[in-house]
Amino acid sequence: MAGGRTYVRFDWLMIFMYIALVIMGWINIYSASLSDTAKGFWDFDQIYARQFMFIGFSILLIIFLLAIESKFYEKFASVFYIISLISLVGLFVFGKNISGATSWYAFGSFSLQPSEFAKAATALALAKYVSDIQTNMQELKHQIAAFTIIALPAVLIVPQPDPGSALIYAAFVFTLYREGLHGVYLLLGLFAVMLFVSTLAFGAVWVAIAITVIGGIIFFRNRKKRPSIIKYILIAAGCIAFAFSVSYIFNNVFEQRHRDRFNIVLGKEVDARGIGYNTHQSEIAIANGGWLGKGWTQGTQTKGNFVPEQHTDYIFSTVGEEWGFVGSLIVVLLFVGLILRIIFKAEKQKSQFGRVYGYSVAAILFFHFFVNVGMVTGIFPTVGIPLPFFSYGGSALWGFTILLFIFVKLDGANYHYS
Amino acid sequence: MRKIVLIALVLLSGILFTARLFYLQVYDASPDSLSQNSAIKVMYDYPQRGYMFDRNMKLLVSNQPSYDVMVIPRDVKPLDTLEFCGLLKITKEEFKEILHKARVYSPRLPSVVIPQLNKADYASLSEKMYKYEGFYIQRRSLREYQVDHSANVMGYIAEVNNAIIEKNPYYQMGELIGTAGVEKEYEEVLRGVKGVKYIQKDRFNRDIGPYKEGIFDTLPERGHDVQLTIDAVLQKYGEELMVHKRGGIVAIEPESGEILALVTAPSYDPSLLVGRDRSKNFTKLWYDTISKPLYDRVLMGEYPPGSPFKTLTALIGLHENVVDTLDTFACYHGYRYGNRTLGCHSHPSPLAMVSGIANSCNAYFCNVYKRIIDKYPNPREGIDHWREGLLSFGLGDFLGYDLPSGKRGNIPTSKYYNKIHDYPAHNWSSLATISNAIGQGEVLLTPMQMANFTAAIANRGYYYTPHIIKNVIGPDTIPQKFRKKHYTTVEPEHFKPVVEGMFQVYKRGTASSIQIPGIDICGKTGTAENFTKIDGKRVQLTDHSIFVAFAPKDNPKIAIAVFVENGYWGSRWAGRIAGLMIEKYLKGEITRTDMEKYVLEGSLEAEYAKPYSGQPFSINR
Repeated sequence: MAGGRTYVRFDWLMIFMYIALVIMGWINIYSASLSDTAKGFWDFDQIYARQFMFIGFSILLIIFLLAIESKFYEKFASVFYIISLISLVGLFVFGKNISGATSWYAFGSFSLQPSEFAKAATALALAKYVSDIQTNMQELKHQIAAFTIIALPAVLIVPQPDPGSALIYAAFVFTLYREGLHGVYLLLGLFAVMLFVSTLAFGAVWVAIAITVIGGIIFFRNRKKRPSIIKYILIAAGCIAFAFSVSYIFNNVFEQRHRDRFNIVLGKEVDARGIGYNTHQSEIAIANGGWLGKGWTQGTQTKGNFVPEQHTDYIFSTVGEEWGFVGSLIVVLLFVGLILRIIFKAEKQKSQFGRVYGYSVAAILFFHFFVNVGMVTGIFPTVGIPLPFFSYGGSALWGFTILLFIFVKLDGANYHYS
Repeated sequence: MRKIVLIALVLLSGILFTARLFYLQVYDASPDSLSQNSAIKVMYDYPQRGYMFDRNMKLLVSNQPSYDVMVIPRDVKPLDTLEFCGLLKITKEEFKEILHKARVYSPRLPSVVIPQLNKADYASLSEKMYKYEGFYIQRRSLREYQVDHSANVMGYIAEVNNAIIEKNPYYQMGELIGTAGVEKEYEEVLRGVKGVKYIQKDRFNRDIGPYKEGIFDTLPERGHDVQLTIDAVLQKYGEELMVHKRGGIVAIEPESGEILALVTAPSYDPSLLVGRDRSKNFTKLWYDTISKPLYDRVLMGEYPPGSPFKTLTALIGLHENVVDTLDTFACYHGYRYGNRTLGCHSHPSPLAMVSGIANSCNAYFCNVYKRIIDKYPNPREGIDHWREGLLSFGLGDFLGYDLPSGKRGNIPTSKYYNKIHDYPAHNWSSLATISNAIGQGEVLLTPMQMANFTAAIANRGYYYTPHIIKNVIGPDTIPQKFRKKHYTTVEPEHFKPVVEGMFQVYKRGTASSIQIPGIDICGKTGTAENFTKIDGKRVQLTDHSIFVAFAPKDNPKIAIAVFVENGYWGSRWAGRIAGLMIEKYLKGEITRTDMEKYVLEGSLEAEYAKPYSGQPFSINR
């Protein structure tokens, strides 16, 4: 740090996109939570005022994060990770139950959600492990260790219950793939998802019949190569077992509300009043926007509070209604742009730690963006996760801010070697 | 490859979302209409319905406020039930029941607690309303009739039904629309234009203020008042005269076509169809299938016109140049043709036109009619020429007046006779239709049409389309079609002998008993045979009593047709009533009090009961 040899150059494009998203998020939260009971702007019972305060605190957080020496993150990655795990475990004892999930620590009128911070910690820990000289992602031993780092927080989050947040940890598979994990894992994952969905859509029995038939066809076409029949039977049996276990889990482990969510998206149930209400209202609000939207605070569905949780997970429906196709497109482009920028920057990192971390940031943001917007526009099942930087909530905003700005710092520091 | 997968997925998801948003917001966007938006409530502000006045600007119908006590159950706070029930004049149990029903309907939406409070109850309640949270008073507007007559003219309003709503999107469920009489005909004039307010709702359907600060809201426009051509005094008098009789009176001002009185009997008090008992009363009127008070006999009743029709036979005879006013015809106590006789009463014979009309000689008019038909190469052409003349008097079709009900009547065509006689297999002659000559046979007229042709005779050759609207106050216009003269095919000079004949009817003929000092009336009595079906058998009933007249003879001010079902003979009821109406209208007072007493005290109820008695009965007795 001494002398003029080193300097830090932050990527202002990334920061600009972050600021744009946060400001647009607040504007929409304001509209979605506007009420006539407010006692002036600084009434901290009002959601928009609280979010304003969270944003203000984020600025302090950013200054702090950028001031810290970048090596600090790498050195203390394990510590952060362990603190995260402890905070997640602590929820079982000290957690506060808010709308059905014990995901919070309460401090007076504020609550913190440790799972929002655990993502950054996990990304740091994974980066540290993968970038270790002795780690080789081709080796099973190291693969198991990496998966364990990813799975531990997810396993602690699922029983809160918050399966949506736990699902996000699947994003790290992309990071591992980038770092040398065999592509078959990705394909396996994809295949599992396909099996999962088709089992729900058509039932385990039909899936089993389809697998047997397809397996049989492939076997007979390849019979000149004298394939091992045992291998085929084992793979087929594995798939069928998976299908039946999905069916079993779906019917016996899932709660009815989870089942309903899937059934609605799979078109098995049409229920605009009950469980499908959220998605239905959200689609109406978005469709209501047209090309240019109804104008800020003029959305009729938004004003009427027709979309439940509109200021949190469903904030994108406000964008859709009040800013129309053009406004929605701008938000989509900002997210795509930010994520691509992060990937681009991650690839440029000199250190593997920076690259792995940056890749994790991109993958996590992508997963949130993909699942959230997919849900709000009615493409995917309802999975309760926030839209990064946009949705209301201090923990989420700070969690994403930390996640992103550690990378901004790492990326900025990257230059002082050059 | 490893570097590209995530980038590709990010780009793909961007494309996927763009496509999805485009589909939702642009491609598949449902019509952006305020009324279809579940978050916008449309509320209407109803204007005052226009008043109706008579021709002398006497108020016939206005509006009265009516007050409904409403409740929004979830807003109800604990209250002094006993005191409140006292104010509402209901028991505590009833109150609880009403509140329970309201809560079941919706805890958040208003329900009616007590409909249509009167003014006195409203006054005492409104002072204390502030004490009862969740309750409020909603003002509505009802018709208030200032008179107890003219129900058939004014008509009534009723809630719109689905068929109307589908046809006319102006109306919403629960709104009122004119469904009869002037209320229906001039609905758009009277109703005004309702104001619209768009209210933003939340997901609980609660109001949360005006939508976009009310920039789309409109103010209601009050309906226009209308001045009718009805003379309220004459109308009321006519209805009084027709009590205990069935039939009707139509009085027209010949020089304008304005309808002075339009009486159908029996009728009803228009106030019966307002307020809390409306549906009970309406059901009662609707299901009275014997006296049919909602059936407008003067517009809807198609009757054989009887002898008044002879004036038209004479006029068409003169027009067709088949008879001269000096031509005489013998009467052999009737008109003999083939081996049949169409009977006639005792009178001097032979007769020329004026005496023929004065004495209502059947034989005279059968001869004239036969000459009309036989003037042409065949009776088919003859009938059609005869018909053409009648049509020019407004017969055989809707007249075009401004009331929503009516009938065409019937003036038969040659086609009609071809059909019933199976022409050309069987030929038919003028004699086959001879009853038409004297207004029997196949000829049918509504009383309105009778009054109209009388007005055309009074005008010596033309008429204005009868109408009920004198002025729409505000724009001060009426449809131009009511200002247009309709000429008959009969030349004006031919009316002189017919008018003279009608004057002789009054002076020395069949209506000489109704003479009124100082008024020269031209009239024509009618006594029409008629039949009904009892248990599927054709049964003859007592003759209808008919009288058409205009007065004074020169420069007539009133043309009138009176029709009294089963009233024995022309001058007995219809003649007297017509005389009284004319005197009332021209003089404003009655000198023939003997005649008035006879009519007011007389009743035909016993006659009307005959066919329903189940006993054999005799007619005209």
